[in-house]
Amino acid sequence: MRAFVFAKRNFREILRDPLTLFFGLGFPLVLLFLLSAIQRSIPVSLFEIEHLTPGISVFGLSFVTLFSGFLISKDRSSAFMSRLYTTPMTALDFIIGYTLPLIPLGVLQSIVCYLAATIFGLKLSLGVVFALLLVVPTCAVYIGMGLLFGSILNDKQVGGICGALVTNVSAWLSGTWFDLELVGGTFKKIAYALPFVHGVELQRCALSGNFGEMLPHLLWVIGWAVVILVAAVLLFLRQMKKQ
Amino acid sequence: MDAIKTVKLTKKYKDTVAVDALDLTVKEGELFALLGVNGAGKTTTVKMLSCLTRPTGGEAFLDGKSVLTDAEKIKRIIGVSPQETAVASGLTVGENLELICDLYGFSKEKQKEKIKELSALVDYEKTKNKKAGKLSGGMKRRLSIAMSLISEPKILFLDEPTLGLDVISRRELWDIIEGLKGKMTVILTTHYMEEAEALSDRVGIMKDGKLLICGTPEGIKTAASSDRFEDAFIKIVREETK
Repeated sequence: MRAFVFAKRNFREILRDPLTLFFGLGFPLVLLFLLSAIQRSIPVSLFEIEHLTPGISVFGLSFVTLFSGFLISKDRSSAFMSRLYTTPMTALDFIIGYTLPLIPLGVLQSIVCYLAATIFGLKLSLGVVFALLLVVPTCAVYIGMGLLFGSILNDKQVGGICGALVTNVSAWLSGTWFDLELVGGTFKKIAYALPFVHGVELQRCALSGNFGEMLPHLLWVIGWAVVILVAAVLLFLRQMKKQ
Repeated sequence: MDAIKTVKLTKKYKDTVAVDALDLTVKEGELFALLGVNGAGKTTTVKMLSCLTRPTGGEAFLDGKSVLTDAEKIKRIIGVSPQETAVASGLTVGENLELICDLYGFSKEKQKEKIKELSALVDYEKTKNKKAGKLSGGMKRRLSIAMSLISEPKILFLDEPTLGLDVISRRELWDIIEGLKGKMTVILTTHYMEEAEALSDRVGIMKDGKLLICGTPEGIKTAASSDRFEDAFIKIVREETK
């Protein structure tokens, strides 16, 4: 119960930050419109709406890392956290409270992205519903990163690491902006070792109805989500004890 | 019954002894002030008593419960207003108060009742929909104190509650703290001599983690042979340095 109370507070704090609306919804939509406009002028298969939308959806999730990292690091550095530590809240309440509100936020972000994509010709189908459901494991990866960075970095560092590094790395290595086959070599190997491209492929498979190809991507994303979330929880608990 | 009892309570950070074998007893309903210069160990003492940091030696009991083994029970009977303003800045005044009520599992009726009780403290009708982050420093501090009071604590810790406030806001807070006397046990840490003298039943003066003297403001003045409380404080602290 306390975890849900805390989750409600976190949901409100995140939604009321104007940066959330700008980066979480506005920025991915601007990119979607821009790249779709390029696609209309110079057709590139990578930027076809069925290909592009999953990539933008995953890219948008990188801001979930930024929101959660910011909130946790700001809380940690403020006396508000000290107050909460003196209430009957447990470590589990904190972790659930920080994680839970970001799942609907991430899914909502993707819903907006997919709805906007319909303007550029994306057909609303059952595949879209599956793609949106499959946002959840990828979202867990990004939430885990936010919890992890928020537990060890201060808010300025979170701004740098999550605002610049995570967004860029996940964009470059997700196969959204350029075809990873074209780069090949070590770059491609690294990209496929990380979860981002699998998160995009997962949604692309769902969208195109290639359910048979989905499983390896899904397992890879879930594996990363588990590893990152466990590491994040351990670091959060260590930090909590230290404080 | 003693509200607080510490036995050789100690906190060490590597080579630094922040609190050194503190023996202290605070009676139920008492307003007890911990006075001291910077680094005296006041805040560390409050942190240990409120289960925010674990002692490295000794023991402390709040309402008979040990800070070492009964932290969860202690957290249900204490309220803490930390040195800095501790509010959720993105939430409104009303939402901040409701948040604490919900964390303590209060029913909606009790929540309403508690908010009504504290409405004057935060000028609730005017501020309930204002974001805490947009309030003035004085009002934020009032909200922070209201949040520590709303859980009906048996023991309330006020860590430098008037630090950085203007004279008017400070006096208003004094009235509020004065009003708490007898209703709950209050531990107040402060830098301000006049604050400790005006509000407290008893005062403990700390320096370098040690309790130098403990008594009523009048008793401390007598012990230091001074007419003014501030002079008594300076004399006691300086004599210890010599």
